[in-house]
Amino acid sequence: MKEVHKNGVKWGMVIDLDKCTGCGACSVACQAENNISFRKDETDRLRRISWLEIYQISNHLPYPHTRVIHMPRPCMHCDHHTPCVSVCPASATKTGADGVVSQVYPRCFGCRYCMAACPYHARYFNWWDPTWPKGMEKYLNPDVSPRMRGVVEKCSFCYHRYHRAKNKAFMEGRRELREGEYIPACVEACPSKAMTFGNLNDPHSEVARLAKSPFAFRLLEKLGSEPKVYYICTQDWVRKQADNYLEEERLRHE
Amino acid sequence: MRKGGPLFFIVGFFIFSLFGWVMFPKILFLEKTQPIDFSHVAHGEEAGLSCEDCHYFRADGSYAGIPSIDKCMECHEGGTGLEGKAAQEEEKLLEFAEEGKEIPWLIYSRQPDNVYFSHAAHVKMAEIECNTCHGDMGEREHPPIYKKNRLHPYSKQTMAMETCEACHQERGVLNDCFVCHK
Ligand code: HEC
Ligand code: HEC
Ligand code: HEC
Ligand code: HEC
Ligand code: HEC
Repeated sequence: MKEVHKNGVKWGMVIDLDKCTGCGACSVACQAENNISFRKDETDRLRRISWLEIYQISNHLPYPHTRVIHMPRPCMHCDHHTPCVSVCPASATKTGADGVVSQVYPRCFGCRYCMAACPYHARYFNWWDPTWPKGMEKYLNPDVSPRMRGVVEKCSFCYHRYHRAKNKAFMEGRRELREGEYIPACVEACPSKAMTFGNLNDPHSEVARLAKSPFAFRLLEKLGSEPKVYYICTQDWVRKQADNYLEEERLRHE
Repeated sequence: MRKGGPLFFIVGFFIFSLFGWVMFPKILFLEKTQPIDFSHVAHGEEAGLSCEDCHYFRADGSYAGIPSIDKCMECHEGGTGLEGKAAQEEEKLLEFAEEGKEIPWLIYSRQPDNVYFSHAAHVKMAEIECNTCHGDMGEREHPPIYKKNRLHPYSKQTMAMETCEACHQERGVLNDCFVCHK
């Protein structure tokens, strides 16, 4: 897999947690952009669908040492031995040459192995056919196909926006996109500009530069799945929590 | 083995082959005709239109597809003084216009909702001719019969995934699922 997109594009994201205020605009934008249906009770964490979950994490110290940050979590689009892809018995999910992990809904038969395999809980199961309040179907995004009952879904880095951007570039006779022509809805919606998106393989891109920051890290890096979503945080305790070792494990690694 | 066994086998084989190869495809497809007998020939050579006058790209690269009735009324407003069969067909067009409705054209190549197709990639970049994928649609006097599959809402004339993939393979275009699926 890795050799394939060495020279081409490799889409990735950097989320600056120092800038994230936890406002949730990214999550709402994602929900609307991707035709994600919602239910009466969205507090049901086991059943609800949210491609971009926002976690609140704390250092659990007593006041005045308490620190809290918010961490938006899209699909990590793992680059290496992608856990969901390697367990899917139907080839419904694959890693593309541009590094985006696809999900083809009509191919999925709902075994949910991928959900069990995903270390980031980025995948969701449709327990019901999607429903929207009356009249809202008219406002669905025509570029995103709604899912049906019995299939798994997840963040696609708004791949339909990539299609749209490429179509526009084709009209100008270009195959390559300029930086910023393709960005997912969450990145566009972020009011504090905490999210950056682009080609990780292009050394001049903003994402590639940020991903090399000494404060950059990825979630559960010890698993070696090479996520393409990077986080930046200057607070040590956050970076430590991102690779949660058990007590005895920590000893072995140090 | 009983006498006449092979005969029963041959007759049975024949009946079922007949059903499988001849009858079933007929039963499977519901034949529909277009709401108006539109002639591409009449509009090409005789009305002096090129394909792009009706089937054009929007500035953002999306494909406009079949023109809206407003386009037709640019010329047909008030009738063009046609006679016979042609006049009857034009009358249907004028009725749609009067009721303020769009013409419910049947689209032979319509793909399922989860498939992404780009005319810009094929027509602008790869310069593939329309008839490679659509056959002689542009040179027809009458639209072909639309063969709707009874099991799903698409027609027999639509392109199958393996046809897309075969050409992509041949021309070295990516065949990742997300190239064509959304
Ligand atoms: C006056 C406007 C007009 C012009 C000019 C025109 N078309 Fe069409 N085209 C239509 C309409 C209306 C339909 C729908 C009815 C039908 O299928 O015949 C259509 C349908 C089609 C379809 C079928 C799409 C599908 O899958 O259902 C193709 C292909 C097509 N045209 C190609 C062409 C080509 C190639 C040319 C140029 C040679 C052309 N058209 C010129 C109006 C036009
Ligand atoms: C540039 C002007 C022009 C436009 C635009 C145009 N037409 Fe026509 N149309 C003509 C002319 C001219 C004829 C007569 C052709 C002939 O002499 O056979 C005609 C004939 C017809 C006929 C008569 C039957 C036939 O096909 O010969 C029908 C039906 C028709 N047009 C439908 C349409 C529809 C539907 C549209 C919109 C998609 C449309 N036209 C757009 C000029 C136009
Ligand atoms: C590589 C194959 C290919 C080529 C080349 C191609 N088409 Fe298509 N066309 C398709 C497919 C597939 C669809 C169905 C798209 C869908 O449903 O999303 C389609 C749809 C259409 C439609 C109906 C669109 C709609 O949504 O109303 C028209 C009209 C059409 N094509 C005309 C043309 C014309 C004119 C050309 C030449 C300039 C052309 N096509 C070239 C494959 C092709
Ligand atoms: C006759 C050959 C041919 C057929 C048939 C064909 N394609 Fe293509 N397709 C191409 C070529 C060549 C390109 C590369 C365009 C370019 O030069 O960038 C392409 C590119 C594409 C792209 C854009 C890829 C990108 O880089 O963004 C999409 C999407 C696509 N095809 C979808 C389809 C689908 C869906 C079908 C079947 C309904 C199909 N194609 C059938 C030849 C074909
Ligand atoms: C070149 C374009 C193209 C590529 C690449 C492609 N598909 Fe498709 N796919 C289509 C088209 C067009 C259809 C609808 C027509 C049909 O059913 O054959 C389709 C239909 C399907 C269907 C539903 C119909 C069926 O046959 O069951 C599934 C499931 C599917 N694709 C899975 C995939 C998977 C998984 C991949 C990646 C390994 C993939 N496709 C790659 C074009 C493509």
